[in-house]
Amino acid sequence: MDLQAKAIDIRKDIVTMIQRAGTGHIGGDLSVTDILVDLYYKQMNISPEQLDDPDRDRFVLSKGHCVEALYAILADKGFFPKDELVTYAKYQSKFIGHPNNKIPGIEVNSGSLGHGLSVGVGMALAARMEKRPYRTYVVMGDGECDEGSVWEAAMAGYQYKLDNLTAFVDRNRLQISGTTEQVMAQDSAEERWAAFGWNVISISGNDMQAIDDAVDLAKHTKGKPTVIIANTTKGKGVSFIENQVAWHHKVPTAAQAEAAIAELNERKAVL
Amino acid sequence: MSKAIKKVMAEFLDEEAKKNKDIVVLCSDSRGSGGLGDYAQAHSDQFVEVGIAEQNLVGISAGLASAGKRPFAVSPASFLSTRSMEQAKVDVAYSHNNVKLIGISGGVSYGALGMTHHSATDIATMGSIPGLRIYFPSDQYLTKALMKELVQDDNPAYIRIGRNAVEDVYDDGKLDFSMDKAVTVKDGGDLTIIACGEMVYEAKKAAEKLEAEGKSIRVLDMYCLKPLDKEAVLKAAHETKGILTVEEHCPYGGLGAMVAQLTAADKPVMVHSLTLPDAPVVTGESADIFHYYGLDADGIAMAAREML
Repeated sequence: MDLQAKAIDIRKDIVTMIQRAGTGHIGGDLSVTDILVDLYYKQMNISPEQLDDPDRDRFVLSKGHCVEALYAILADKGFFPKDELVTYAKYQSKFIGHPNNKIPGIEVNSGSLGHGLSVGVGMALAARMEKRPYRTYVVMGDGECDEGSVWEAAMAGYQYKLDNLTAFVDRNRLQISGTTEQVMAQDSAEERWAAFGWNVISISGNDMQAIDDAVDLAKHTKGKPTVIIANTTKGKGVSFIENQVAWHHKVPTAAQAEAAIAELNERKAVL
Repeated sequence: MSKAIKKVMAEFLDEEAKKNKDIVVLCSDSRGSGGLGDYAQAHSDQFVEVGIAEQNLVGISAGLASAGKRPFAVSPASFLSTRSMEQAKVDVAYSHNNVKLIGISGGVSYGALGMTHHSATDIATMGSIPGLRIYFPSDQYLTKALMKELVQDDNPAYIRIGRNAVEDVYDDGKLDFSMDKAVTVKDGGDLTIIACGEMVYEAKKAAEKLEAEGKSIRVLDMYCLKPLDKEAVLKAAHETKGILTVEEHCPYGGLGAMVAQLTAADKPVMVHSLTLPDAPVVTGESADIFHYYGLDADGIAMAAREML
């Protein structure tokens, strides 16, 4: 499968979903898309047939506000019929603006930042206790690392030498009020995580091959958990959304959505 | 006889852990306060220490439960019910992960340590979380009966227990226990005293004093605060002349508030509530604090006489 082409298709679904519903976190969705595509289409042992498989890999979208990217992927992979997504954010829909584990393929609810890594530590500890081979993946935002609870979980991951746990930080350097460095500095994220005892891999986070290589490297790292600092571009793939603070959760107009999809089509054509 | 409920809990978890490998106890540097030092040594593969980090304690517990384990997160009630309330809300209750949250040294157990260490709001805070059940067991026998049920079910719950030895409410273990049904400690027709946790023993003693004065007092052990045994409350409202509630909790959102809300809607009856104040409590041991606020047998009897 051409993962880069898949990532572009997913981005088109995200833009469509958000424009139609009139809500969503488009900037972070577009920055994290490549990470999710590599995990769901290449790396993770997860499928709609394995919902109750105790050996399935576990995934936690700790930056839960980027659920539109996850919904687009789960629908595409057949966890639920794609046409159900038209109800996203509509009256009485189960497709709410943050992960909801009433939806097949979603393990835990998230949305309040700083929770997912602790939950992932628990899942990874359970795998060790039960001698199961599954791996646990947690995707966080960089703004999310303002939350102290992230660092409680980081300490536990190191303490228990959870080499079956891989975390991502979607380091797009923007959060709702401005740059991360303006709001609450995160540099050097790499040094911080290393100081907490984690194996740190810093990559270009919208480079599919780099993501894939980093996940492989994490699998082969023993004795400590891995964090992949994915240096991404918020709004990646749509030039007028890229790197704009205002596009954290701005909703494109119909014309803007059309322009975004046209640009994504052009990008796909030259792959 | 008297026994600290935390000892009952520790013995119970030790027995269950031997039988069921899915039982996992987690502590936040609280194994000593929880009486779980021996457990941690005997079951090191079924014990997780998270350090002084209650949010992490509850989040990790939720992750373990999500992967099929049966975690018991044991931490001082003061911190568990406030510091990690959001993890209880999101990761445990909302995500429906079968975590049993055990709030130890509850209420004013830590007496002179001050308001930081008191949990006088936990019925209100934890009880307001959709899907989270709340239990305040009264003595060693009730605790054991309750835990036998909880260890087998698949739903999350918050259980608050005290630090000190508590006198037996159910002499010789004579306890007619049915899950989520209040236990009738004494039957009577003049007035009903509904109590929870350590207050049940004091309520029973108060009823004995009043009986010596010729009054007929019903005492209900409402260990199940959520779901509240509404049937028992309404039966008391119909059959007795008033209800006196007694709780080691602030005046808001606790047992008294729930009983008043229920009876006001379905069977208006005089309800008077004995609670801790809406303020930091006086300095002292638990017994001193109970006495000061009229939550001991004498204070409860006095309040009951005023109602009769």
